[in-house]
Amino acid sequence: MTALTKKSVFNRPEKPYVHPYFGGMVLGIILFLAFFLTGNGLGSSGATSRIDAAIEDSIAPSHVDNTPYLLKMAGGDKNPFDEWVVPVFFGALLGGFASGFFNGRLKFITTKGPNISNRTRWLMAFLGGVVFLYGARMARGCTSGQALSGGTTLSAGSWVVMFAIFGGAYAMAYFVRKLWN
Amino acid sequence: MNFPLSVLIVPSAEHPWTYLVFALIGIAFGYTLEMSGFGDSRKLAAQFYFTELTVLKVMFTAIVTAMVLLFGAVGLGILNFNQVWVNPTYLASGILGGLIMGVGFIVGGFCPTTSLASASTGKIDGMFFMLGGFGGAFLFGETEKYFDNWYTNAGYYGRLTLDQVFHLPVGVVVLLVILMALFMFWGAEQLERIFGKKDLTKEPKIRMAGAGALVVLALAVVFIGQPSFEQKYSNVKITRTVADKPVIFNADNALEQRLVQVSPAEVFKTVYNQKVNLVMLDVRAESDYNLYHINGAVNVPLDKLQRIIPDLLAEPPANSVFVLMSNDETAATSAWKQLVASSVPNAYILEGGINNWIAFFGENEKFQSAASTGSDQLQYVFPAALGSSYESCNPDPQKYEELEFEAKIKLQLQRDKSGGGCG
Repeated sequence: MTALTKKSVFNRPEKPYVHPYFGGMVLGIILFLAFFLTGNGLGSSGATSRIDAAIEDSIAPSHVDNTPYLLKMAGGDKNPFDEWVVPVFFGALLGGFASGFFNGRLKFITTKGPNISNRTRWLMAFLGGVVFLYGARMARGCTSGQALSGGTTLSAGSWVVMFAIFGGAYAMAYFVRKLWN
Repeated sequence: MNFPLSVLIVPSAEHPWTYLVFALIGIAFGYTLEMSGFGDSRKLAAQFYFTELTVLKVMFTAIVTAMVLLFGAVGLGILNFNQVWVNPTYLASGILGGLIMGVGFIVGGFCPTTSLASASTGKIDGMFFMLGGFGGAFLFGETEKYFDNWYTNAGYYGRLTLDQVFHLPVGVVVLLVILMALFMFWGAEQLERIFGKKDLTKEPKIRMAGAGALVVLALAVVFIGQPSFEQKYSNVKITRTVADKPVIFNADNALEQRLVQVSPAEVFKTVYNQKVNLVMLDVRAESDYNLYHINGAVNVPLDKLQRIIPDLLAEPPANSVFVLMSNDETAATSAWKQLVASSVPNAYILEGGINNWIAFFGENEKFQSAASTGSDQLQYVFPAALGSSYESCNPDPQKYEELEFEAKIKLQLQRDKSGGGCG
């Protein structure tokens, strides 16, 4: 491998992001096709739970069998990976990578506000991930599984969840403005 | 023309390619999120400081595009909405969970799927968010037992859609949501102009055409309407094995060939079948039900049946079998038609109705025969309205241990609701 090929693979010219309405329209067509073909929408947070359950099941299967929430996914001889959301999760990782690759955005960087250090950003991203997924499991779905998918099928509960997400974020935004501005 | 494809509703190891379909959907999903800029936390957080409202624009464009296509396909009768997963409504855990997610969103700068697009393109903060996500989901799994009752029951409404909440036709709700979204897009652009100092004259003009197209499509959905009972009933397919080959019957054929009329003996035996959750729905008037009914049967008069169909679809365990009964078969058959047209799985009719049940199990009852009986009337006179207290309402399982009958109940497992969707 010469430096040149390495450069051409990982430092492709960076292309701009697509227009939000265009991106939304493409996403909407994918979402529709998912419903049309499979009856299921999109999701990912369910897979996070299931990966956790699989790890716990491999370390402490009796603990899984005694925890009601985990029992449903991994109890007994159930395979927690046997659910549509798991291939969607790994597909999304691959798809994100593909878009990054074709659009020249594969770089080890940290995206953050101008006035905080990388370390602060990493800590906050980690904490945000903990909090978000805790809430997502409580609400039985995240921005994908509830807001996008449930919003499309006109689920009353999903519209409530969607407004609660935006409400929580707007209410909190003022207090963490130093992270982003 | 039966979408969604039943083989894809639940992927299975029998057809490994089904996992591939979901993986492809995931790839397209991740690709779109990344190309829309959702790998960059700054773009996501900007939503909440009004400088750039990409999140709202992408999300709502996606929702309204998918919605208008989905309900258009349902209206045209090519997509069966009862087979489409609709997130059940849990108000309490939904609101609290949503607020918690909002906090995680603005602190962490991502939501779960966008963190995948971010981490997979090398963004270190995206990786930390993903890692934290595994921690959060782990914590939920470990702590859910402390509020399990609240989590499963508080504000639970089952499968509830906005058109049912507002008592409006689906098409009208679709149109209203689209108008709301267009208003929000307009507002979002104004906010970007004010807070983000964005020059709106550089925005592509074609977005107006897109908005117009959405409204036209929504009007078409209103105009097409939703499929009628007759349309849905004519699409019902019932599969039975005849001479080792699966044969597909339509609903009227299944009735004529008596594939779904179950003998009293089989219903009685099914009560004791551990693999089946038998739900007996007695669709007669309450007065008849009070006179005499089978032990365990629930009274749902025919005119109230429509109201409980959403619950029959969403709530009972996947191994539920529904047996409908009236005095003979007339009312039970029209109830059966309603259930199958609404895609309620495993619906059957008690053969000969309650009259036949009494004829079969009630030899010791010494009921007098009614003088003259019309169609779907009780053929017996009861000494008192004892409900299910007669001996034959709950036949002795030892006495009737050996019964011969033609087994007609074929349990078809519906999707596992507990693991479905994102939840």
